Amino acid sequence: MLELFIYGIVLGGIISLGAVGLTLVYGIIRFANFAHGDLMTGGAYIALFLVTGLLSWIGVPDVIFSPLSFGVRMVIAFPIAMFLIGCVAIITDRILFKKLREKKSSAVIMAMSSLGAAFIMRMIILIIWGADSLFYRPGVLRPALDLPLHVKIRPDQIFILVAVSVLIAALHIFLNNSKMGKAMRATADNMDLALVSGIDTERIIIWTWGIGGALAAAGGMLYGIDVQLHPYMGWNFLIPIFAATILGTIGNMYGALVGGLVIGVAQQMSTAFLLPTYKPAVAFVIMILILLIRPKGIFGGSS
Amino acid sequence: MELSGIIAYLVSLAIMAGIYAVFSLGLNIQWGYTGLFNIGIAGFFCIGAYTSALVTTPMPKGVYAQYVHQLFGLNMPFIVGLLAAAVMCGLIAYLIGIPTLRLGEDYLAIATLGIAEAFRLVFNNEPWLANGPRGLMGLPQPFQNLVEPRNYNYVYLVIVILVMIGVYIAIEKGIRSPWGRVLRAIREDEISAAMSGKDIFHFKMQSLVFGSMVMGLAGALYAHYTKAISPNVFTPLYGTFIIWVMLMAGGSGNNKGAIVGAYVIWGIWIGTKFATDLLPYTLKARAPYIRFLLIGILLEIILLYRPQGLLGEEKRVSKWIE
Repeated sequence: MLELFIYGIVLGGIISLGAVGLTLVYGIIRFANFAHGDLMTGGAYIALFLVTGLLSWIGVPDVIFSPLSFGVRMVIAFPIAMFLIGCVAIITDRILFKKLREKKSSAVIMAMSSLGAAFIMRMIILIIWGADSLFYRPGVLRPALDLPLHVKIRPDQIFILVAVSVLIAALHIFLNNSKMGKAMRATADNMDLALVSGIDTERIIIWTWGIGGALAAAGGMLYGIDVQLHPYMGWNFLIPIFAATILGTIGNMYGALVGGLVIGVAQQMSTAFLLPTYKPAVAFVIMILILLIRPKGIFGGSS
Repeated sequence: MELSGIIAYLVSLAIMAGIYAVFSLGLNIQWGYTGLFNIGIAGFFCIGAYTSALVTTPMPKGVYAQYVHQLFGLNMPFIVGLLAAAVMCGLIAYLIGIPTLRLGEDYLAIATLGIAEAFRLVFNNEPWLANGPRGLMGLPQPFQNLVEPRNYNYVYLVIVILVMIGVYIAIEKGIRSPWGRVLRAIREDEISAAMSGKDIFHFKMQSLVFGSMVMGLAGALYAHYTKAISPNVFTPLYGTFIIWVMLMAGGSGNNKGAIVGAYVIWGIWIGTKFATDLLPYTLKARAPYIRFLLIGILLEIILLYRPQGLLGEEKRVSKWIE
């Protein structure tokens, strides 16, 4: 059980990266972005292209950081993919959501547009890479370390925990200490007040998409390192990240972090009783329970 | 191709488009008239199809029973299957409505999306329920003895068209009644509708249940047309997304638009199949993705440049007002 709990924290960390981005977008741009899961997929596949394609063509050596299952190429690809998916998110906003905002379309129309964007992104991935599961390094042995209390954990999973912690800490510092971060929090709290205070909300929106997209890409890549890549991986994350976002109160970054961990642990622990394929359903049931009991989430006021 | 072959092909096209038109009409009640954002149509599609399949097929016997497992098989007539599908979908819509309809519109979207995924998981992983991923086969078709099997599609086309017209008339009646005007009032401005003394939650619930029942009918029509169903038919792409594009293209808030949209988009969808058949061999395996990519781009163009769709919403709401 302890082992499942720790695996749950690993999965939860990945969910949190998606949920934090989703909750920022939800809180500041105020619509449910159904393309967020597919941004995760996009990040994972861009890293795949860099690791197995571009970086090997330009002759970056394939050195692995044993006992981890990846090496120099992944370390280079990781920030590049985060940056690129941040750009994809911003470009999607410029092409679609900005125009819809200017036309004063409702939040539902924007959500529908994001659903369309999600399908378009996934189809592009399917056209380029096909529908099979892929790995960053196929065939590499990934032995687990034996820890006390019968816990087996792979070094990759420890790396994932560290990476999630670093990214969340960086976001925390950014939101609390930089001018842009403070402006983002102010906009999330009250957009009209932020406008009156002279905050350029269009710039905030660009930053929000960039950060949300980059974190989603990181989540997707970490999942790719931990498990595998699949064109539907991000779509399957959509219900868990929405559940985490609602559990942690929409717009609350720390809530999304906690929510992600709770959902991840619940999903992994459920595999002790249920088929692992039911993991998305577990997240869904938790979400329905939250909606029934406390629709504003754990950090929201009582409704 | 011979002329008779072409006609048979067109008939099969018209049947599928007709079934999608019924879905589109169901969605029109929810989205077009009430503003409910249901993106789990595939879930109702799935439940409608499976309910009717279980109600109309006999329980497998003998050797057959070793290969096919199903929870029950009532061997009832087609019409009972249709009604059962509608009732079951209405019930599920009611259960989803309870936690979500009092909250913002996004919550219903996320919950319906979740329920569609959950149903697919359950039907895939529980072989005792409806034969797991292999699904159910040999569904009965009504009036099968009326004509030769190769002409049967004509009969089914008539059945689909009759259901479509029946649903169309029912929605038109409803929407031009005071009840329908309340739905539109809720869509336009929930608070002012509530201030006029309308119980928002109940009207939304009625709309959700009514629309989902129509979707159940459509799911059952699909099941008896293809005669074989498996969980992987009911994906978000074929089960939800394309129906949304149909309604948005035809014009949400317009029942004629819902039908026209279904036929136009299904025509485009099939047309792109002919186009992708011309692709080089290596790209052919990816052809469905290219076609869905085009449909996705089409949706974005509609949302940006013609949100009212082809026909747009009719302004006349009562038969007494010209």
